[in-house]
Amino acid sequence: MSALLALRGVTVAFGGLVAVDDVSFDVEEGSITGLIGPNGAGKSTVFNAVNGVYRPRAGSILFDGRDIVGMPSQRIARLGIARAHQVVRPLTDLTVLDNVTVGACFGRDGLGLAAGRRRAAGVLEQLGLADRASQPAGSLNVAQKKRLELARAVAAGPRLLLADEVLAGLNPHEVDEMLGVFASIRDAGVTILMIEHLMQAVMHLSDQVVVLDYGRLIAVGTPAEVQADPAVVEAYLGDPRAAERLMADEP
Amino acid sequence: MLRLRGRSRPFLPVLLLIVAVVAAVPLVTGNPSMREELFFMLLLVTLATSVNVITGYTGYVSFGHIVFFGLGGYGAFWLMQALGVHFLVAAVLGVIPAVLVAAVVGAAVLRLRGAYFALATLGILEATKAFMTNFDPAGGAVGLSFNFSIYAQYGGAKSAAELAYVFMALVALAAIAASYLVRHAKFGLALMTIREDQDAAVVLGIDPARTKVAAFVISAVFPALAGAAFFFKNGIIEPGSAFDLTRSIESLVMVVLGGVGTVAGPVIGAAVYEWLRGFLITSPALASFQLTIAGVLLLVVVLFATSGLVGVLRARFPAVREWLE
Ligand SMILES: Nc1ncnc2c1ncn2[C@@H]1O[C@H](COP(=O)(O)OP(=O)(O)OP(=O)(O)O)[C@@H](O)[C@H]1O
Ligand SMILES: [Mg+2]
Repeated sequence: MSALLALRGVTVAFGGLVAVDDVSFDVEEGSITGLIGPNGAGKSTVFNAVNGVYRPRAGSILFDGRDIVGMPSQRIARLGIARAHQVVRPLTDLTVLDNVTVGACFGRDGLGLAAGRRRAAGVLEQLGLADRASQPAGSLNVAQKKRLELARAVAAGPRLLLADEVLAGLNPHEVDEMLGVFASIRDAGVTILMIEHLMQAVMHLSDQVVVLDYGRLIAVGTPAEVQADPAVVEAYLGDPRAAERLMADEP
Repeated sequence: MLRLRGRSRPFLPVLLLIVAVVAAVPLVTGNPSMREELFFMLLLVTLATSVNVITGYTGYVSFGHIVFFGLGGYGAFWLMQALGVHFLVAAVLGVIPAVLVAAVVGAAVLRLRGAYFALATLGILEATKAFMTNFDPAGGAVGLSFNFSIYAQYGGAKSAAELAYVFMALVALAAIAASYLVRHAKFGLALMTIREDQDAAVVLGIDPARTKVAAFVISAVFPALAGAAFFFKNGIIEPGSAFDLTRSIESLVMVVLGGVGTVAGPVIGAAVYEWLRGFLITSPALASFQLTIAGVLLLVVVLFATSGLVGVLRARFPAVREWLE
């Protein structure tokens, strides 16, 4: 295995606020990496740096060995990085099927329209949205929109999937279903970098966990290593409930 | 199993056939006043259908879209008058200035979003009009006019008018077909994605700059061809009639009236709007209020029927739903 994605000293600042501070870590090809940290730690900003929405002030981001800093987002998407946003962005007036077709047609695989529709239909089946295919995306409920967001990213046929809090707002049954979906996406050869607050899910799925706090990387390791790391426990003390959950989830 | 094909009905052939049959009537009956009326209606269909590509599909309101009609008209007119080029050749070459302006100026102003883009298109229209008013090779404020003998090579003024009419009808049909094809192509999906959420479009792999410029260019081609036919038939072109802001805004009203972002909407909107205007100006009591009535109508649509006549028809008559796109 080799690193599909490597961050090297990545720093992202908004004016005086350093949201991501000198962060380095690797994501192995074919693995699932969990990116965790308290609210405002800079997790989504890491995603924004990786897919070219924000340009880092310093550092490099290597995708398959190639520095992608400064590349426009649409090129990064076509190289094979797809993203499910934390705040869902459905194309509200388009049908659910068309939303997912966009992913298939303009992402890494760049399929033609007919092939894109077929791919999209398959992904909708996989994510349990098939019966919604012909309704406008704006008419979905929040949980369905989350799944749509993921479906659109998966339909691109990415090499790396950036999943930002896809499980948030789902009920336990839906979370279980999604864990299965993530595992099958990984088994299909897609490398996953996922941001999650649901510790149980992260610890269960991830091969590696990366912990951010105030923009700084405070721990990297297997789920067991990270959970035992005093710095991580410390970081979560500001949020006792999160700390509790973290401690409760022995692997 | 998912039904992937939403369009099992031959919508495009039916729509084209209806327009073609209506357009053929004055040719068969040889009625010149009806031909004039339908010429104008086909022109409006073309303008509305074209502006719908950038405004309806892509979400960029182009207030000054009539600039392409004027540029095509001037380009072709000058070629015919100064160089004696045949109408059909001049009309096609007249597209060049329109396409150049759409591509070059479009690349700059399509970065702007929302109201800023709309205002920029007004600026383009007014600047072009001011330029042509002072541009002596194009006759300045007086414009250009044909020596009547120019129609001799077409077999006289009447056959020239018929040629212009047939050309106009073909342009309208081509514009409708292009609108349909764009709507149902991968390219159209990119346009609608940009309309819905441009920032999401970028992350999904769409290059918005190139895509929008392509849409703007396509939406400029047919008005330019229509301008060539219109001024060829009239024999005179001047900045006021070539770059008429009222007509520009009217074509947007037609799109809204018929149904923004649909294929049939601009066609229906143009036909209904023009029919209504014809009705109003022949009624002495209402004639002076025609623009007021058009304005009120627009308000009603915007407030109560945002999906336009097509939306109303689709909701009211489920049977036509699959026939109307
Ligand atoms: N566009 C922006 N402009 C200014 N500040 C920003 C911007 N985006 C993020 N920030 C700030 O950067 C910090 C990190 O934000 P980020 O969204 O990356 O956090 P996060 O770890 O994803 O948090 P959450 O778990 O709440 O989603 C926060 O303080 C946030 O307010
Ligand atoms: Mg976040």
